[in-house]
Amino acid sequence: MLGKLAAVDKIIEAHGSEREGLIQILLDIQREFRWLPKDILEHVSKRLDVPINYIYNLTTFYAHFSLVPKGRHSMHVCMGTACHVRGAERLLERTSKVLGIKPGQTSRDEKFSLDTVNCLGACALGPVMIADDEYLSNPTMEDIRRKADSCE
Amino acid sequence: MSEIEKLLNPSDFEAFQKKIVEGRDPNRTAVAVCSGPGCLAYASGKVFDRFKVELLESGLAEEVTLAQTGCHGFCERGPSVVILPDEICYLRVSPDDVKEIIETTLRGGGIVERLLYKGEDGLPVQKESDIPFYKHQQKVVFGDNKRIDPRSIDDYIARGGYTALVKAITTMSPETVIAEVKESGLRGRGGGGFPAGAKWEATAKPPADTRYVIVNADEGDPGAYMDRGILEGNPHSVIEGLMIGGYAIGANEGYIYVRQEYPLAIDNVLYALEVLREIGLLGENILGTGFNFDIIVHKGAGAFVSGESSALMSAIEGRVGEPRPKYIRTSISGLRGKPSCLNNVETWANVPLIINKGADWFKSIGTEGSKGTKIFSLVGNVKNTGLVEVPMGMTLRQIIFDIGGGIRDDKEFKAVQTGGPSGGVIPEDMLDLHVDYDELYAAGSMMGSGGMIVMDKDTCMVNVAKYFLEFLSDESCGKCVPCRDGIDQLLEVLQRLTSGNALEEDLELIEDISLMMKECALCGLGQSAPNPVLSSIKYFKDEYIAHIAEKRCPGGVCKALIAYTIDKEKCIGCGKCMKVCPVAAITGEKKSPHKINNALCVKCDSCYQECPAKVQAVTKIRQADVITAFATSEEAANE
Ligand SMILES: Cc1cc2nc3c(=O)[nH]c(=O)nc-3n(C[C@H](O)[C@H](O)[C@H](O)COP(=O)(O)O)c2cc1C
Ligand code: FES
Ligand code: FES
Repeated sequence: MLGKLAAVDKIIEAHGSEREGLIQILLDIQREFRWLPKDILEHVSKRLDVPINYIYNLTTFYAHFSLVPKGRHSMHVCMGTACHVRGAERLLERTSKVLGIKPGQTSRDEKFSLDTVNCLGACALGPVMIADDEYLSNPTMEDIRRKADSCE
Repeated sequence: MSEIEKLLNPSDFEAFQKKIVEGRDPNRTAVAVCSGPGCLAYASGKVFDRFKVELLESGLAEEVTLAQTGCHGFCERGPSVVILPDEICYLRVSPDDVKEIIETTLRGGGIVERLLYKGEDGLPVQKESDIPFYKHQQKVVFGDNKRIDPRSIDDYIARGGYTALVKAITTMSPETVIAEVKESGLRGRGGGGFPAGAKWEATAKPPADTRYVIVNADEGDPGAYMDRGILEGNPHSVIEGLMIGGYAIGANEGYIYVRQEYPLAIDNVLYALEVLREIGLLGENILGTGFNFDIIVHKGAGAFVSGESSALMSAIEGRVGEPRPKYIRTSISGLRGKPSCLNNVETWANVPLIINKGADWFKSIGTEGSKGTKIFSLVGNVKNTGLVEVPMGMTLRQIIFDIGGGIRDDKEFKAVQTGGPSGGVIPEDMLDLHVDYDELYAAGSMMGSGGMIVMDKDTCMVNVAKYFLEFLSDESCGKCVPCRDGIDQLLEVLQRLTSGNALEEDLELIEDISLMMKECALCGLGQSAPNPVLSSIKYFKDEYIAHIAEKRCPGGVCKALIAYTIDKEKCIGCGKCMKVCPVAAITGEKKSPHKINNALCVKCDSCYQECPAKVQAVTKIRQADVITAFATSEEAANE
């Protein structure tokens, strides 16, 4: 626990404990822990002297923040316009079916998270998804299952 | 970098530049491996790694420059590798091709023909600029990507980088810089197309102790990545533009607001800023001119509405990025209540060119009301997906067919969408429209930031309108009622349409709600949210009517209205559809016609996509016709 808060303190120091730096601090915390645990947010609230509800206001407004744990493996399906006209909705359905979770959810064993993103800049591969670091261009259910099975 | 030595005055810079230029052999061989997002997705990182290893092994590492560059443009055929100075363009390069490229081209001076682009006539094209995709473009902002290692300030300076800044701060007054930008006619590349010079002037005018200049790199349009392409590939061009703006406006601090989804862009910008501080091009008393300037990078945490100017400034202040009413402009009271000038990435990147080459040069490109070039992300159902830069005024047809190569799989063209969620669709009979701010606006769309999404006949225009409303419904900040509730009301109507439950009166309802939103919403998001719907009704009313009156989706997209069937005359019984079906709804013996059980079918479209293009036995019919279709096929089976 102490180790965790020490890491948070380091992040806060890197940005200076001004309220203006709050979003940048939260982004770094999100990156470090893959979500924003309550005890950490309370710590940030004390250190920056910002009410906790102010912090929750931010974390619910910006899409990147997660108030629930994310899975060890992330599956991101692109819902950008270019992918949409090439069948992104169906790719999302397929992925959702294989993983057994809806977009925005994390599987019970915290293995997978499924999220949507907008334009990965890889429109040539559309509809496209990223499984951890691997880009999959219009994968079938079989392809997705194979990728999921290969995850630890 | 050559060596770290602070540049204290303009002649230091001159000497520094001279040394770089003179130290370079223009005939030196260089390998530019694209590491833009498209090529990275095609694993260009591995191609680069292989070059690194193989060049060492072949003993050529000393003679050849190897660089990982930003997007070259032709993402469709990534990974793209360009060999300079001859501009030999290799496409679809895999790590296993690397050795052959090194031996044949770098050592032997020959060509690896199978990696070249092949034209319609089947003949290979060697030089990048001769490929049709590139031939019709005019790359003034985006052309240096392949020649610049984004991590090398030397590369940028060797191409004339920072000479515009030095020119501005040593030989021009802030007023003359503004006058030049005004004269050029440069308009904002991020959305509305507001004249940049006028905005600069308005920000410079009010008395204030502090002013800010800001780069908008939030790139919220969900089908666009040109700002990413510039920032990742040529970060210094944006930074130089921002510094010139800072000088002209009287700002000592600049911000770059960039979405956190662009880590490479962020890294490249941060690295560039670090180097600039080291050599004294950023900081106090730059080149002894008395100009102080520094730049801070702010990462955006993901909210489309935060790309709006007042919202973006709130976000930089560490607050929720919601817009505020605009009775006081941000040029008077913006970031921290100070006069602030926000421009888009591409707008800033144009500035050094204008200062160096002059307003007259800039004005010579483009149309009456829209000067210069524009970068588009040409995507969707087009053959050549990529980033393209063209002079304003080029027709949609030229962009989509000459550059884009036409429609994927040679299908029929249906529409092109520009302007992102604030824009609209443009139909086939308007393909000769000259693309500029005013023409697009007159057509009911917008330039926006440069998304250009091509749609083929299998696209449903009602579904596309619904898509944008869903996006906006997620992204509306909810502060003002017209936007928050208006979008959801429109969305309800669109849901009725796509599920076959709409009435003719619903089209009027759409118009009424839209009018209210345009008049009453607080910011551009709500005011322009009806555009995608209105423009598609304007040009594709027959599709809306088909959804209402016939419960038919002409594009074959809306799930509730379609069903799948196999044409037994056409089916060759290859079994591909059966194999791909996730719910075992397809049955049939090999080499004899297959059948779909519509009761089991989940309409995942897999069979439709899998059926070979020459066969096309899987077809979409109206859901309402399913019973009859079944009856006939049963009857046929009994015969
Ligand atoms: C909802 C909304 C989102 C916007 N998103 C962006 C964006 O992502 N990038 C951008 O450059 N401009 C965006 N804009 C436009 C900005 O408000 C602003 O006009 C622009 O950044 C000014 O720069 P320019 O004059 O150089 O285009 C957005 C506007 C609205 C209303
Ligand atoms: S829209 Fe999906 S990668 Fe661009
Ligand atoms: S990403 Fe390589 S060409 Fe666009």
